Amino acid sequence: MAEAAVKTVPLDKARALQWLQTYGVYAGVALLLIVNIAITPHFLSAENFRTQAVQVAPVIIVALGMALVIGTEGVDLSVGAVMALAASVTALYLGYGLVPALLVVAVFAAVVGLANGALVALVGVQPIVATLALMVGGRGVALVLLPQLEDLRNPQLASLGSGDVLGIPYLILIAAVLALLVAFVVRRTTFGRQLLAIGDSRPAAQLAGLPVRRVLILVYVVSALLAAVAGVLATARLQASDPTSLGNLMELSAITAVVVGGTPLTGGRVNIAGTVAGAVLIQLLTATLIKHDLPPSWTQIAQAVVIVAAVYAARGRGKR
Amino acid sequence: MAPPAEVLAVRGLSKTFPGVRALDDVDLTLHAGEVHALIGENGAGKSTLIKLLTGVYRPDAGDIVFQGRPVSFATPLEAQKAGISTIYQEVNLIPLLSVARNLFLGREPRNRFGLLDFARMNREAEETLRGYGVRVDVRRPLRSLGVGAQQMVALARAVASEARIVIMDEPTSSLEPREVETLFSVIRRLRDEGIAVVYVSHRLDELYAVCDTVTVLRDGRRVHHGRLADLDRLSLVSTMLGRELGEVRSEGLTKFTGDHHATDSRPVLEATDLTVPHQLHGVSVSIRPGEVVGLGGLLGSGRTETAKAISGALPTSSGRVTVAGVPLRGGSTPAAIRAGVSLLPEDRKSEGIVPGLSVRENISLAVLPRLSRFGLVSEARVDSIVNTFIERLRIKASSPQQKVGELSGGNQQKVLLARWLAMNPKVLLLDEPTRGIDVGAKAEVQKLVDELAADGLGVLLISSDLEELIEGSDRVVVLKDGAVVGELTGDEVTEDKLMRTIAGDTPERDAVGEAATDG
Repeated sequence: MAEAAVKTVPLDKARALQWLQTYGVYAGVALLLIVNIAITPHFLSAENFRTQAVQVAPVIIVALGMALVIGTEGVDLSVGAVMALAASVTALYLGYGLVPALLVVAVFAAVVGLANGALVALVGVQPIVATLALMVGGRGVALVLLPQLEDLRNPQLASLGSGDVLGIPYLILIAAVLALLVAFVVRRTTFGRQLLAIGDSRPAAQLAGLPVRRVLILVYVVSALLAAVAGVLATARLQASDPTSLGNLMELSAITAVVVGGTPLTGGRVNIAGTVAGAVLIQLLTATLIKHDLPPSWTQIAQAVVIVAAVYAARGRGKR
Repeated sequence: MAPPAEVLAVRGLSKTFPGVRALDDVDLTLHAGEVHALIGENGAGKSTLIKLLTGVYRPDAGDIVFQGRPVSFATPLEAQKAGISTIYQEVNLIPLLSVARNLFLGREPRNRFGLLDFARMNREAEETLRGYGVRVDVRRPLRSLGVGAQQMVALARAVASEARIVIMDEPTSSLEPREVETLFSVIRRLRDEGIAVVYVSHRLDELYAVCDTVTVLRDGRRVHHGRLADLDRLSLVSTMLGRELGEVRSEGLTKFTGDHHATDSRPVLEATDLTVPHQLHGVSVSIRPGEVVGLGGLLGSGRTETAKAISGALPTSSGRVTVAGVPLRGGSTPAAIRAGVSLLPEDRKSEGIVPGLSVRENISLAVLPRLSRFGLVSEARVDSIVNTFIERLRIKASSPQQKVGELSGGNQQKVLLARWLAMNPKVLLLDEPTRGIDVGAKAEVQKLVDELAADGLGVLLISSDLEELIEGSDRVVVLKDGAVVGELTGDEVTEDKLMRTIAGDTPERDAVGEAATDG
C-alpha cells in the first residue's frame, strides 16, 4: 500500500510533503521567531522568553505522553481532567507536606491511566471513547474533591512554581528533562520499540508474541502520570488549585502539538523533538497574535490553519 | 423436458489489475432453476467474476447478457435491483436494526400516511423466515441471532427481493450441520421456482449434494465446465489444482532435497484434538525434530487454522498442544513462542511484517527482551544478531535501517524468518512461505527450510504449491473441512495420492460411484 501511495503522488510532491511533515514545524518556529523579532516590540528579551517558556512547559509535558499514546494509534482525551484531578488532590493533601501530596497525586493519576488502559487493552473499547469517559468522569471527581478554587500557601509548592536554577525556571528544566527521558524511552528501551510496533501493525505485533496488552496499559499510565506532573506544576505556578478550569482543552493543545510535530495519528512513529517544537509553535503563534492585540478568536483560527497544514502534510505518507 | 430459459450469458469476460490478469476470457451460462458450482483455488478468479457480475468492478472486455439484454451494472445496488442478489461469507446486514427491518431494508411496507407499517412488516417477516427454519422474535435486533440464523435472514432477504440469480459465496462457512440442511432445502426450493443459483464452496460434499453444473476456474481462466455428475471428485480436484492424474513428474523442480529424515526420537510437537467451532474438528498433528510435515488440503480445509491454533493465535475450544512433552497454555502466542513454537503467517503484509519499522527493528522484534537488561536495549547485541541474519539469509536491503515495507516480498519473508530464527525455535510453522515471492527467493527459502530441518528443527509446511508440498515434506497430513482425512508417508507422498486423499478416493472405496448418486 505504501508503494502504491507513493506511486500515485508525483515524486517531488510526495517528497515536499514528507519534508513538510518532518521539518515544517521547525521552519514554522523559525519563521515566527524572525517575524516577531522584526515586528514585535520587546520580543527579544530574556524576560519574554522566560514567560513564553514557562507557559508552554505544561503543554509540552502533556504532549509527551500524548505522543506515546498516539504512537500506539490511540488518543488520550482525559489528560485535562487528570490535570484538574492533580490540582484537587494536591490541595487536599498539601497539609501532610508536598512529597506525600505528590505521592497521592501519582496514585490517582495511575488509577486513571490504568482505567484507560484496561478499557482499551482488555475490554477493547476505542481509545477515543474510553478516554472520553475518563475525561468527563475525571473532572467530575476532581470537582467533588474540591468544588471551588482554593488558594494554596505552601512555600515549597510556590518555589516549585516560580523558582529557578541559574536563572532557568524549574518548570522549563522539568519539561526538558522529561522530554529527554521520553525520547530515550522511545529510542532505547524494549517498551519504546514494542509501542511503535503495536502502533504500526497490531496483528503483526500480536503474532510476534509482544505483550500487547501490558504495553498499551503502560502507555496510558505514563500519559496520565505526565498529565499529573503538568497539573501539579500549573497549580504551583498559580499558587492555587483550580479544578474547574485547569487543563480545559489541554487534550486538544497536546494533540495539536503532537500532530503538528510530525507524529502521524495512524501510529507506529513518535517524534518527540517535533512534539516539543509543535507545542512551542502553537505558543508563539498565540503570543504573536495577542501581542498585536488581535482578539483571542483569531488565535483559534490560526491554530486551525496550522492543524490543517499538518494533516495535509501527513496525508502524503498515509497509512500503509 | 424443454431446456429452461437462459438467465445469464457471460461471454469473454476479462479483468486486469495492475500486474495481474485476474480474469481472462471467461464464459458462463446460467439457466433458470440451475444450481451452478463455481470453484477454484486462491487467486483463480472466483471473487473477481462475482464482483463483475454484481457491479462492484467493471469488466475490461466481454459481455454480460442478463435475461436477454446486455447489462452493465455500475453499482451492486443496480445489480440487486435488476435481480442479481449476492450473499457473502460475512453477513452484510445491519446488526442493530431488528430482524424484520433488515429483511425489508429498502423496500419496507408503508401505511397510508407513508410511514413504515411495522405490524405488517413483522407479520410478513415472521412468515417468510419460518420457511427458512428460523423461528425468532423478528423485533429483536439482528445481532442477537446466531450467525447461522443471520445468514438465513440474508438469504431470505436476497430471495425476497425478486432475484433471478442468487450468488452464494461460501454460505456454509459459519453454519451448523442442521442449518446446512435447511440451506440446501431452500436452495432446492429456489431451483423449483426457476431461480438460478451460483454456489461457491470448497466443500466437495456440499457441491455434489446441491449443484447440477460446474465451472472450474484456474489462474483467471475457465478450465472446465459441464454437468457436475459427469465429473468425479478426483477429476474435480485435479482440474482445480491443475494437475494431471498419474502424470509422472520429474523430481527436482524445487530446491528441496527431501532427504532429511527425522531422527527416530519423540515428537517435538504434539497437537491433539484441536477444535475451533466451525473451523477445526479434532485435528491432531505431531512433528518430530528434523522432520518437515506438510499440511495438505484445499482452500478452506483448515490448514491455516491448524497452524494458528498450534501457535496460540486462534483460541481453541478443546484440544492440547505439547512441546517436547510440556503442555502449552492455549490461546497465548507469547507462551507458544517462549516454548519455541514460531508461526510464519500466511498474510505476510498485514500479520507478519511491521511495515513502517526498519529491517533491524523487524528482525529484533521478538528477541528484543532477550537482548535487553532492565528494559534497556543493548544496541551492540541487536546489531550483531541483525547482521548475522542479514548475511546468513542474504537479505537484500539498502541498509538495516531501510523500512521493511519497501522491500520485495521475498526479502520481507526472509526478514520474518530471521525474526524467528533469532529466537532459536524448536518448531517452525510455515504458512505459505513462498507465496507471492520471486523465483530466486523462493528457491532460497526452500533451501533454507531444508537446512533448518537438517539441523533438527521440526517444521510444519503449508503450501498451495503442490510441488513444494510434496518435495518439501517427509510426511503429509491431509485436511478436509477442518478434519484430518489421511496421512501420506514415505513413498505415498505423491501428488497423485494427495489428490486422491483430498477427493476422498481411497482404493477401498469407489468414490466415482458415490459422487454420482446425488446428481
